[in-house]
Amino acid sequence: MGFKKFLAKRAITMFGVLMATLLVTIALVGANMDSISKQSVTLEIRQQVTNNKSLLSSFKTTDQMDSYIENQIQQQIKSLGLDQPWYSPQRIGLSMYKILTLDFGHAKFLTSDSGSSDVKDIILEKLPRTILLFTTATAIVSVLGIFLGAVAASKVHSRIDKITSGFAIISSSFPVWWIGVLMIFVFAFLYPIFPARATPDISVTDPGYGGSLLYHMALPLITLVLIGFGSWAYLVRNFLVGVLQEDFIMAKRAAGIDEKRILYSHALKNAAPPIVTVLALSLSGSLGGAIITEAVFDWPGMGRLYYEAISVLDLPVIIGATYVLTAFFLASVFVADVLYGYFDPRVRRE
Amino acid sequence: MSFSARGIWHEFSHNKTGMAGIVMLATLFLMSIIAFVTIPVENFKTWNDPASWLLYPKSAQPAWVNYFQSEKIPEHLILQPQRSSQQLESVFVLTDSFAVNYQYDGFPSDFIYRYTAKYTGSPLLQLSVTRPDGIELRLVSTSLPIANAETTYTSMIFSTQNVIVKNLASDKHRYSFPFDVLSSEKIIFSKLGENKILKGSYVFRVHLYDVSGKPALEKSNLVLGGKVYGIMGTDELRRDLSVGLLWGTPLALFIGITVSIGSVTLGLLYGVYAGFKGKATDEALMRFNDIIYAMPALPLLIILAVTVGNSIFLMVGFLVIFGWVGIAKVSRSMAMQIKTLQYVEASKLMGQKDHKIIFKHILPQLLPYAFASIAISVPAAITTEAGISFLGLGDPTFPTWGQILHDASSYSAAARGMWWWILPPGILIAITGLAFVFMGQAMDVIINPRLRR
Repeated sequence: MGFKKFLAKRAITMFGVLMATLLVTIALVGANMDSISKQSVTLEIRQQVTNNKSLLSSFKTTDQMDSYIENQIQQQIKSLGLDQPWYSPQRIGLSMYKILTLDFGHAKFLTSDSGSSDVKDIILEKLPRTILLFTTATAIVSVLGIFLGAVAASKVHSRIDKITSGFAIISSSFPVWWIGVLMIFVFAFLYPIFPARATPDISVTDPGYGGSLLYHMALPLITLVLIGFGSWAYLVRNFLVGVLQEDFIMAKRAAGIDEKRILYSHALKNAAPPIVTVLALSLSGSLGGAIITEAVFDWPGMGRLYYEAISVLDLPVIIGATYVLTAFFLASVFVADVLYGYFDPRVRRE
Repeated sequence: MSFSARGIWHEFSHNKTGMAGIVMLATLFLMSIIAFVTIPVENFKTWNDPASWLLYPKSAQPAWVNYFQSEKIPEHLILQPQRSSQQLESVFVLTDSFAVNYQYDGFPSDFIYRYTAKYTGSPLLQLSVTRPDGIELRLVSTSLPIANAETTYTSMIFSTQNVIVKNLASDKHRYSFPFDVLSSEKIIFSKLGENKILKGSYVFRVHLYDVSGKPALEKSNLVLGGKVYGIMGTDELRRDLSVGLLWGTPLALFIGITVSIGSVTLGLLYGVYAGFKGKATDEALMRFNDIIYAMPALPLLIILAVTVGNSIFLMVGFLVIFGWVGIAKVSRSMAMQIKTLQYVEASKLMGQKDHKIIFKHILPQLLPYAFASIAISVPAAITTEAGISFLGLGDPTFPTWGQILHDASSYSAAARGMWWWILPPGILIAITGLAFVFMGQAMDVIINPRLRR
């Protein structure tokens, strides 16, 4: 199988996953969405009729008014396509098409900071913040992790190796969000160095906004790094220990090549494919974890948006955010595949 | 690749981390048993019912903080009565006495006497206290509502009631300081010379006099309000945290073990079947596996919890749905190796049925791997459930550690420094996870001798 064919196959699978996730989401929220939309239609029309004095006075009995309202509601429901259940092929097809073209509709309750209720605007406002926080965290974590892992692998069974492994196992047993709560306790209550809420308290247009955002980002960032780099170092160490036992490393050693050079250029390069895969997966995995982490720190990104949307059942936002999160998740899985092929030519020729 | 149960145990018992894991797990099981024995399920079900926690203090620290302090913070005491009854001619007297050795460096914040009396007629209730210096103070003297038939009557006497201060005024001459503005507990527990706490043993007595029959007190508790309580303290809603934490243990173990056994069994069967069948079956099954594998689990879990339901059993099911995929992948490739072994091919040639080959020849080979994966996948299940509960989407009838943390964060316990509300649940989650990680690692070393270096 050629590499191109391999990639094409992966791409098709990814697209299938995206569609399947969306279908599942729509299937899960569809029934609720229908009843909520119908309720809001009913409410809207009742409001219109009661506000319209001349129309109100033209009714002789309340029965007449009720039947008129009922009629209007039915018409409105039909024009919106709500008379058919959410699982009818047209409606699913239509919603899938709309989502694919990034038309998520309008949010029911939530708005963006600038006041727009267009789901696309809301997501475009929140997404960069999540990317800022989690990409920065992942970058720091991976650099720290690779370095520490390499040091640990070069001195197997040394004290630093044991500390790294122990720290990795213990730190990965604690939930990230709990460490977050703890960090707030220590650094916002005991020693008030950082703010407890990560949302900057000045407006977006203020020139100091960027700095304030970074200052508020410090606590979540420290938490993510603290909890993340241990398991990273552990993974890198394990991959490297395997590579360092290979014959070609022995040959390099016999040839008298500097130990540091063997470690950082030869061994690390050979351990790169699995490391890159894990990197990409952890980046996308942290996007899922963002929901809880952002809720803890009140960081105004995608995760908190998702959480808020779920707590008020704002379905267009839920669907839009699920779509974006899934798309990012899949994109990073895909990038991991490509990189794997780049680092490990065997995959291309497989 | 052959293992005997005894051989595995022999190696396992020589592995320090593995044994540490077993000891931790045994402790957790012991905690579960203690929870079952000491706190009946019905009591635990009232966790979210504020009425059942009325006698408890609000946001009290654990009582043991006093060991680290020179100034002893008053402990919240819920006293049980010492009962005696006697008959003086035609009058029946029921006496409940509450003795307390008060050695704290502060006044109790208040006191409450709660009782449920069963009587006919109109009995008289008297509350008095004998101080360490022998002075007896009359606090309350009240008659219960008249009843012709036998009735049960529940009421409370609060330290803030005006009648107590009025009754204390008759002893005004004993005190050398004016106490018009002081609340009653600051007078009762005060030295005579100055308004400072008088340490020593106090005895509160409740007398119930009745002429028309023998009265009975079904419930009778005296509460001295304080700022520390119990082993784990209480939360903002007055709940005793030790109850919630203790009951969280069997719940966490149940969730973790059921989810991991469920997903490993499912993944193992799925993967082995795909690997053994091969060809189109394998291709179709693995593409489906890919789809589930690439789905973002947490967002979907949250949507499922919101729309389908959040009962603890449903949650276990949801976690299994996303838990089996990785195991299926690995066991498929292992099954593909095993099926090429000669003894498997031989039994195939002899016309053995597929399911017999799978269950007799392939699955037993995968069992050690299965046990290791069960142990390794427990922590993820527990933390995921805790995460969902932390977002407030857990089963409210069975509060888990995650939900205790959810309550803590919704009352912003971290920013208010209520460490006793935040630390224990998280540490327990981590200990439970670690117990299984340690065991899984020990298993892993046994199955993969390459790791032994």
